[in-house]
Amino acid sequence: MPTLLICLPLGAALVIWALPLNRVSAGSLAVLAALAEVGVWIQMLARFHFSRGGLQFPGHRNWFRDLHVSYHVGVYAFSVWLVGLTVVVMAACIAYAFWAGRDRTRAYFGLMLFLDAAIVGVFVAQDLLLFYAFFEAMLIPLYVLVGVWGGPGRIAATLKFVIYTMAGSLLMLAAVIVYGLQKGTFDLTTIGTSGSNWLFLGFAAAFAIKAPLFPLHGWLPDAYRESPPEVAAVLSGIVSKAATYGFLRIAIVKFPGPTHVLRTPILVLAAIGLVYGSLLAFRAPDLRGVVAYSSLAQMGLITFGVFAVNDLGLNGAVLQMVNHGLISATLFLLAGMVERRTTTGELTRIGGLARGRPALATMLMTTGIIALAVPLSSAFAGEFLILAGVFRRGWGWAAVGAVAIVLAAMYMLRLISAVLHRETGPSVTDAALDLRPAELGVTVPLVACLLALSAWPAAISGHSFAHHISTRSGWTSYGPMKSP
Amino acid sequence: MIHRPHVDWFALAPVNALLAVAGLALLTAVLVPRPARRTTAAALCALGYAVAFGFAVALYARSAHGHGVVANAFRRDRFAELAQMIVAGAGLLATGISLRERMRDDHVGEYYALLAAAGAGMAFFVGANNLMTLFLSLEWLSLSLYILCAIDRDLLGGLEAGLKYLIVGGFGSAVLLFGSALVYGESGHLDLAGIASANRPHDALLLFGLAMIISGLGFKSSSAPFHMWTPDVYEGAPTPVTAFMAAATKTVALVVMLRVLRTAFPQEAHLWTVAVAVIAVASLTIGNLAALVQQNVKRMLAYSSISHAGFMLIAIAANSALGGRALLYYLVPYAAMSLGSFAVVAARERELGVPVTFDNLAGFGWERPVLGVAMWTFMLGFAGFPLTGGFIGKFYVFSAAYKHGYTWLVIVGVVATLVSLYYYLGVVRAMFMRRTEDLQLAPIGGSPPRDSLLQSAVVVCLAVTVGSFFVVQPMIDLARHAANALAF
Repeated sequence: MPTLLICLPLGAALVIWALPLNRVSAGSLAVLAALAEVGVWIQMLARFHFSRGGLQFPGHRNWFRDLHVSYHVGVYAFSVWLVGLTVVVMAACIAYAFWAGRDRTRAYFGLMLFLDAAIVGVFVAQDLLLFYAFFEAMLIPLYVLVGVWGGPGRIAATLKFVIYTMAGSLLMLAAVIVYGLQKGTFDLTTIGTSGSNWLFLGFAAAFAIKAPLFPLHGWLPDAYRESPPEVAAVLSGIVSKAATYGFLRIAIVKFPGPTHVLRTPILVLAAIGLVYGSLLAFRAPDLRGVVAYSSLAQMGLITFGVFAVNDLGLNGAVLQMVNHGLISATLFLLAGMVERRTTTGELTRIGGLARGRPALATMLMTTGIIALAVPLSSAFAGEFLILAGVFRRGWGWAAVGAVAIVLAAMYMLRLISAVLHRETGPSVTDAALDLRPAELGVTVPLVACLLALSAWPAAISGHSFAHHISTRSGWTSYGPMKSP
Repeated sequence: MIHRPHVDWFALAPVNALLAVAGLALLTAVLVPRPARRTTAAALCALGYAVAFGFAVALYARSAHGHGVVANAFRRDRFAELAQMIVAGAGLLATGISLRERMRDDHVGEYYALLAAAGAGMAFFVGANNLMTLFLSLEWLSLSLYILCAIDRDLLGGLEAGLKYLIVGGFGSAVLLFGSALVYGESGHLDLAGIASANRPHDALLLFGLAMIISGLGFKSSSAPFHMWTPDVYEGAPTPVTAFMAAATKTVALVVMLRVLRTAFPQEAHLWTVAVAVIAVASLTIGNLAALVQQNVKRMLAYSSISHAGFMLIAIAANSALGGRALLYYLVPYAAMSLGSFAVVAARERELGVPVTFDNLAGFGWERPVLGVAMWTFMLGFAGFPLTGGFIGKFYVFSAAYKHGYTWLVIVGVVATLVSLYYYLGVVRAMFMRRTEDLQLAPIGGSPPRDSLLQSAVVVCLAVTVGSFFVVQPMIDLARHAANALAF
């Protein structure tokens, strides 16, 4: 089934590239494929045995034997949620792109579907080299999507993005080679743990850049500002989750010793990112800047949860990954919709959009309120779990996290009031209509997912590491993810 | 009465097929009327390469146990046959790329004759089993290439390229010859295995000879610091010739380097592995840094080929069965990517009639999507991205280096890859991310010339580049049998 999830969008991409389809049929084929992908995922969710835990739906084929590399895929409970996040957000983004209209349609939708396949691949790969291949393959369509369809500063933005990311990825490649050859296999389910700090840092560098964590976020503002909105949504919503997934699946599971040794420096970086990102988001002059820097802050928070390395933190981290994926994707799409109406994202030039545009106001308000983690929202549940988890590592971390949540309220409320309220901005005309039905069709499902998670956050936080199946508690007992 | 050795004609069949075709193609220059000359000669050349490829495959299947033939002057083993397959494939594709090259009709017969003769020389070179045949076949292929570089008299840089290649290449050959003489003088043997088994003292003369042999082969594989001719020659030569040189000459030079070092100098392995590693680092450094500032795409690809020589030398420096596999595997996607990328450059050149630079590639990817996507894939392959054989190749090379204990070489390779991204992605940027309005030169004469042979050659290269990512196990098996012929 994971193979199907990879091959379906890939096949659709090849069809779109190969056949001389017109704009409408290429776009609708892409949307159909993305929806079919969601359907396959729902099937998978329905057939997944959460009570059993462990790796499910495995698929295995030899790739090359002499170095023990294989095509090995499968899903754990927490990967199911991340795959779900991917397919849902990708479907919304592809649908939005279809509605918004992108020139060179076939190339565009083919690349989006290719990206879909690559991201799903990252979340289901159970072989180190395969994981690396998917991790890198994400970059290929992203490079072109930003570089061709992006804004005026796109060339510089893509260059920065690629050089940053590849610097991390290549360090990871060196670490993958050394680690795999030392252990004599590249299979993630059987490969033993390692105590090497250098290898850990090799992996951590790649994930820290992709996420990004604090000092390595130089590529982030440009890439998020210059991308088409739906690509920015994918970048911050799901591509960044590939990085935290990597921390979770590889860094802390395979390197328990180095995780313990290097926990404090990483938590410090995450804390700085959390506060610094929130402050920048509060000062950012434009809509996308706010979302971009809030993304930096949220990634710091998720890293908090992951590196707390206990049940509370990890459950919270997985929940928050899904939350933040949905939130930032929705916000970037809404930003795109606002920019389409006002031709700018500068907060000083927009304002008062709520007047006469109830649907836009409702969507932005709902997402923003969830994003600032009011009680009863899914983000509140996620952040609470993360803070509780990290509290066990020291109350100071939790204090920093709590401060950052206050800051989150500040920048989100500033965003909402700057866009929706205040006096009407100079770029806002009466011709700027409310959200069209198609735009609602894209954003409502995302917000509905968020509301559903707000109602039942335990759907994810209680079904990620299946702690009731074993006498040993929590994620450490989770099948092959045992730590020694 | 002179003792005549037994000749295993089958072992020489790929070489002889190409030689025969070279003769026939030369005759077309006299016998075939001018309008049909180009097609006839090209068809003959292609046929020769196809037959040579077939023979090489048959020989590979029937040479499980490598042995010397023709008085041990030539080695019939899977190592040589696999290299011959790569050469023959490259030659076949180069013939297809050449057909529509803007060139006057008066030397087409000679062109294809020399193309086949160069292939014959390479096919012999990879099997050379003593220092005499080694030098002779090196000269054989080099002389053919010198003329090929300069054959198009209308091409401004062609003559310069030919002359430069002749002088520098001649110097390289002389160094190799001198080194061979020193080694022969010290060991008393010409054949490679004999040199290894000779009772010889460890003295400076032999080591000096070894160093000179490495240098001589370094010239041919265009690895730094023996690379100075490469950018000028690659830029000046007709693009199909450049494509052939980048793919085939480099293949045979590296393959022969591994064979000579491994067969003749196993006792000196502790020295030459370090020497080769140093050359690899130099090639990676110089190739990548110089490529960063190039404006001409052919020059950029020339420097990239220098840096790839560096990557493949890492595999040789590992001196292991894994290294041998890595080298032989890497050569396949590398040859395909080089041929393909130069073919795309040739297509653009024919459209514009001027040398291809990053600037006049603008919008090319959207105008000719097949070539554009192919070029994109080749660049990603050179940069070692997944979904191309370049990724697996680099993975194998780094693995071999790590297993040999050269972790620092892995780091150097990784850094070099990172640097190389800038100029490889520069091509993608130029092709897809600039608007066609930025195009500085209008294509001459309306729509681009139809060139289905070049197009299909590019598609074949694309298929090999991408296919070698997915079909790794069979290729590694081929490479393993071939590398085992060297008794690792």
